[in-house]
Amino acid sequence: MGGDVKKFMYVNRKAPHGTVYALESLEVVLIGAAFEQDVSVVFIDDGVFEIVKGQVTTEVEMKNFSNTYKALEMYDVEKLYVSKDSLEERGLSEDDLIVDVEVKTAAEIAALMEEQDVILSF
Amino acid sequence: MKFTIQVSEGPYNHQASDTAYQFAKAALAKGHEIYRVFFYHDGVNNATRLTTPPQDDRNVVNRWSALAAEHNLDLVVCVAAAQRRGIADADEAKRNGKDADNIAPGFRISGLGQLIEGGIQSDRLVVFGD
Repeated sequence: MGGDVKKFMYVNRKAPHGTVYALESLEVVLIGAAFEQDVSVVFIDDGVFEIVKGQVTTEVEMKNFSNTYKALEMYDVEKLYVSKDSLEERGLSEDDLIVDVEVKTAAEIAALMEEQDVILSF
Repeated sequence: MKFTIQVSEGPYNHQASDTAYQFAKAALAKGHEIYRVFFYHDGVNNATRLTTPPQDDRNVVNRWSALAAEHNLDLVVCVAAAQRRGIADADEAKRNGKDADNIAPGFRISGLGQLIEGGIQSDRLVVFGD
C-alpha cells in the first residue's frame, strides 16, 4: 500500500474487560496490519493483564479475546513489548503471558517511543 | 503541518471532543491542514444529530458539523465502534435492519483503515482522550 512506511506503536494501558479500550485497540492493530507499516505493540500499566494466560470470562459475560493476541504473529505483528515494572508491580512474570514478548524497562520503552512516527495510545 | 485527529471519548462526559475541536479550530486558523478527524471508542457518540443539550450549553455535535462545512473537513466515524453504540447512517441502518439513522451532517461512517491511513498521510496524529 504505497511507498510510505512509518513506525506505528500501539500502547495498551488498560485491563481487558473493565473498559472497551483493550478490545478496540486490538481491532486497530489487526486492521492496521494490512497497511504493512513497521508495527510494535506495547503493554504497560494494567495493559499487561490483556495478555495474561488462562482468562475465563464466561461468568462476567464478556467476550474473551485474549487468544486473538496469539494471532498477531500471523499478521506480521511480531514486536510485542511489555513493561518490566508493570509486570512486577502486579506479581506477574513473562511465564504468565499468552504470547512471546520482550520485557523492557521504562527507559527502554521510552527510547522505543522516541523512534516512532505514530503512537496510538489506548 | 498536516494533522489527523483522533477523538476517543463521547461529548459532555469528557473534554476530549471539546479540546479536539478547539485544537482543530486553532490549527486551521494558523493555516495548518486537518487531513481527517477520526471518531473512535465512545467518540462515535459525537456524531449523533439527536443530541439535544440545554440551550445555554454548547452543542458539541453541531459545532463539529459547522466546522466541517466551513473547512470541508473529513469527519470519519469508525463503523465497528458505531455499530456497538447505535450510531448509523442511512446505509448502515438499512444493512443492519434498523428503523432509523442518526448521523449528523458532515460525518461519514467508514473503517479503521481510515485512522491508519490518516497516520500515514499526516505529519502528526494527535489523540484526544485519556
